Amino acid sequence: MVRETSCRTLLEVRGLAKRFRADRPPVFSGIDLALGPGEYLAIMGESGVGKSTLLNLIAGLDRADAGAIRVGDIEVTALDDDAATLLRRQRMGFVFQAFHVLPYLTVAQNVALPLELLGVPRKESAARVAAMLTAVQLASDGGRYPRELSGGELQRVAIARALVHRPQVVLADEPTGNLDARSAAQVLALLREQVHAAGGAGILITHSLAAARTADRVLTLTAQGLEPLA
Amino acid sequence: MPRLRLWWQLWCSQWRAGPVRMAMPVVALALGVALASAVQLVNRSALAEFGQAARALSGDADLVVQGSADGFDERFFAAIARVPGVAVASPVLELRATLASRREPLHVVALDPFRAMQVQPALLGEIAGRLRGLLAPDGIFLSGQAASALGVETGAHLEVLVGSARRRLEMLGRLSGAAYPRALGIMDIAAAQWQFDRLGVITRIDVRVAREANPVAVRAAIARMLPPGVTIAAPEVDDARLASATRAYRVNLAMLALVAVLTGSFLVLATQTLSLLRRRSTLALLRALGMTRGALRRTLTAEGVVVGMIGAALGFAGGIALARWMLHVVAGDLGAGQLVSLSGSLAVRPADWAIFVLLGALVAGIAAWLPAREAAARPVAQALKAGDAGTAFAHARSPWIGGALIGLGVLLAVLPPLHGLPLFGYAAVATLLTGGVWLVPAAVGSLLARWPRPRRPVPALALAQLRGNSARAAIGFAAIIVSFSLMVAMAIMVHSFRESFIDWLERTLPADLQLRVGASDGTATLESAAQEALAQVAGVARAQFRRSRPLALPGGAASVQLIAVPIESGGVPDLTIVRSAPATAGVRAWISEAMVDLYRWQPGEHVTLPLGRGRGLAVTVAGVFRDYGRSTGSVIIPRSNYVAATGDTTANEAIFWLERGAHAATVVEAMRARLGLGAALQIRTTSEIRERSLRSFDRAFAITYALEAIAVFIGLLGVGVAAASTALARRGEFGMLRHVGMLRRQIVTMLAGEGLLTGVIGAGCALVLGGALSIVLVYVVNRQSFLWSIDLAVPWAQLGLLTAVLVAAAAAAALTGGRAAVGGGVIRAVREDW
Repeated sequence: MVRETSCRTLLEVRGLAKRFRADRPPVFSGIDLALGPGEYLAIMGESGVGKSTLLNLIAGLDRADAGAIRVGDIEVTALDDDAATLLRRQRMGFVFQAFHVLPYLTVAQNVALPLELLGVPRKESAARVAAMLTAVQLASDGGRYPRELSGGELQRVAIARALVHRPQVVLADEPTGNLDARSAAQVLALLREQVHAAGGAGILITHSLAAARTADRVLTLTAQGLEPLA
Repeated sequence: MPRLRLWWQLWCSQWRAGPVRMAMPVVALALGVALASAVQLVNRSALAEFGQAARALSGDADLVVQGSADGFDERFFAAIARVPGVAVASPVLELRATLASRREPLHVVALDPFRAMQVQPALLGEIAGRLRGLLAPDGIFLSGQAASALGVETGAHLEVLVGSARRRLEMLGRLSGAAYPRALGIMDIAAAQWQFDRLGVITRIDVRVAREANPVAVRAAIARMLPPGVTIAAPEVDDARLASATRAYRVNLAMLALVAVLTGSFLVLATQTLSLLRRRSTLALLRALGMTRGALRRTLTAEGVVVGMIGAALGFAGGIALARWMLHVVAGDLGAGQLVSLSGSLAVRPADWAIFVLLGALVAGIAAWLPAREAAARPVAQALKAGDAGTAFAHARSPWIGGALIGLGVLLAVLPPLHGLPLFGYAAVATLLTGGVWLVPAAVGSLLARWPRPRRPVPALALAQLRGNSARAAIGFAAIIVSFSLMVAMAIMVHSFRESFIDWLERTLPADLQLRVGASDGTATLESAAQEALAQVAGVARAQFRRSRPLALPGGAASVQLIAVPIESGGVPDLTIVRSAPATAGVRAWISEAMVDLYRWQPGEHVTLPLGRGRGLAVTVAGVFRDYGRSTGSVIIPRSNYVAATGDTTANEAIFWLERGAHAATVVEAMRARLGLGAALQIRTTSEIRERSLRSFDRAFAITYALEAIAVFIGLLGVGVAAASTALARRGEFGMLRHVGMLRRQIVTMLAGEGLLTGVIGAGCALVLGGALSIVLVYVVNRQSFLWSIDLAVPWAQLGLLTAVLVAAAAAAALTGGRAAVGGGVIRAVREDW
């Protein structure tokens, strides 16, 4: 079971390395990273360099070959599958390129999903969902189904879902990859604003320099590690 | 060609991606076709053997003058032989000789060898050189089948019973299977008349018309001179009698076997729908690259057609093997007991392959065309969009079509039989079933909408998923709903029949012992002295003797059984009377339900029963009774009236009430000792008959249960395939749920819950649908097929068990599919839409 604690560094990564095959060089190694409250980081990199793999390792969805990852005071690499799942449930939020909004739930029900899993009482959950939907400018759309929404709106639903349970870390993997420029700009601004408002740490994975520049800091991932954008 | 190559590549990629999933519909269709073709081949082989036998007996005859088993005066033969245009007339005495050593009688055809050589050369060709021997007063030739069954060789003696007396016949030789494929004895007609006390009597005259004569005129001339009860017809009618008598049973079996094919086609529908769901973006891409809507539809339909053809071809090969096995093990008797193949030879025509392959292609093609139509019609932009999977095939179709189909089904159910078959009844079952399955998504959606939302997140998600995808869930469940509802309907029908049968047995077996001498149309009977002797046996409190014999009614396909029973004046036989007429003067008769359907006799009607040799008995139909023993019809009259009309005081059936404390076995032993009729004398206790009857009943329906069980198995395969495919199609969703903190076991539990709920709802729908279908089976199909009525009775315990198995199987399938789907790569699935 994951213990709720407060800590100045919300996410810390030290000497992280990952390889997929023993006879191949590692995808990356020597990754060091630290993020504090309200800090919003963008990571760029060529295709196949391991950006999504890095997010999976941070989320406890994949196993690192070397290094340590701490979310608050929890050592992620030491967790088994169930404990890592509970950590994600309590302390992490995700935004995907393909939205992954459940088509059979209403917008409000989709947003409430993490709260339901956390067992938040229904009344409190409803209030937090309403507040979150207002924050992402979908206050009047809670009863609608995903099929009635545009791509930009769907991604805003996904952002609301990622933040409604006030996670310490928000991981966004190419969240604007499926959106037009105007919707993308709106979503990126919203994501940044909400990460700051929630006081958590955020990581945005993107290929787009314009998208990356909405973050407080931009790093480039290479096989040797993370480097500041030149 | 390039388009074909593209299709081939797409199809092969499907097989590479999921060989087991793709093989399931092939296996299901193969199973269905194997059953359908095996049943068809076995029945046809048995019928062909009967046909060959009938043709051997009628030989080159153009016309057959046929009397009842009692026969008619042989002087008609001389008159017919003199009719202008008759080239050869061959008299025949056909009888079923009761053997002292066996219960089953021997079919004996007695001929004038020299005349028969001109009409039945194939039958007599093998013994042409020994015809002089046939003229011996006690000589008999046996067919290979008869000799093997009796275990005798040339020179052996057979003991036959004539009345209560024993006569010895000598086996003169053996006919090959080519001459006659079934059990038969051939005698000289004069010898047979002498041996069987039938002097001056013949039962048939085979007529060959002169080449220059007009057969129609000859037939009309002969018809004018025939006595009552004697008919003239083309020999094919004889051949068709058995086909007609067993047709209802054969058609029923064929329909059941086709259920497996139908279930398999629903499996194709489910697999193809779910496959299209998984491939939606690929298909949209093909459309975007320039493939027309029609070409896509044809391409996807072709996938189903090929699956159908492969499944059917494999199934037919399996069907041949299964048919060979059935002919070898049960002699092709699929339960009816009438249709048995003794030679075990199976005739397979190339056209059979073609028919079944086309059938498979057709049903699978239709099953694939339905989702192909929807997939091709889907807007390309929408299909390319991520998340489209959620809306494709997810919504219920208009319930009006389902309602209209059900209305049509009800209409079809009230229509009369066609050519003696409940074809409209079957059409009603198919229409109601289709309408019911069509309505399932709407019904499930409406039911789920009213279901309160659970508080816990996992069941709440499961319920929401089902609510949102009721139509898709119903597609996955269509195969099992079809097969399970038919199984429910069959179970109710068979249980109803069994209960009614037990009730009928109770009524028809009122005494302690039942006696029968040979077959009812055999040569053995009990004379008055023998009856007296039996009634005097120590321990017998009361005896009742009956005379049972065939009654050939004009226009009848098979002979009716006449049963003369002691009935007191004004009394009513102890039967399940379903309709009766007000009491009238004169001789009363009670007829079975089949008589109403076959001969249109009604209570209160006056009819004349032809009792053979020109004698007739005018009777009034006093009532209609249930008779599960004879589907070709039976008539019960008071024995006193029968004796008065025929002078025949013999009996061949009897029932005995025993004195209190009497030991049945001792009484039976004493009876056997008194009569000395050997194995031809069958005496059984009532409980023994009840047990044997129920065993026969269950055996008759064993093939029914086997066919249905296979259909349900195919349906369960469908549930498994649907569960696995649905779980695979939802991997993106599972990946997201794993990201947001849902434990793997919670997802598996959610899927098991969905499976359980779907199983409960599917079983509920199938129970309701099956209940409705059972009403059609009980009151329409059964009534029109077998010409008897049954009372509806529901086997609650059996249905409960079947439902539990189905629900458990559905949950297990969902669980298994879910476990596989949330395995290793589920995390990556969140990116599969990119």
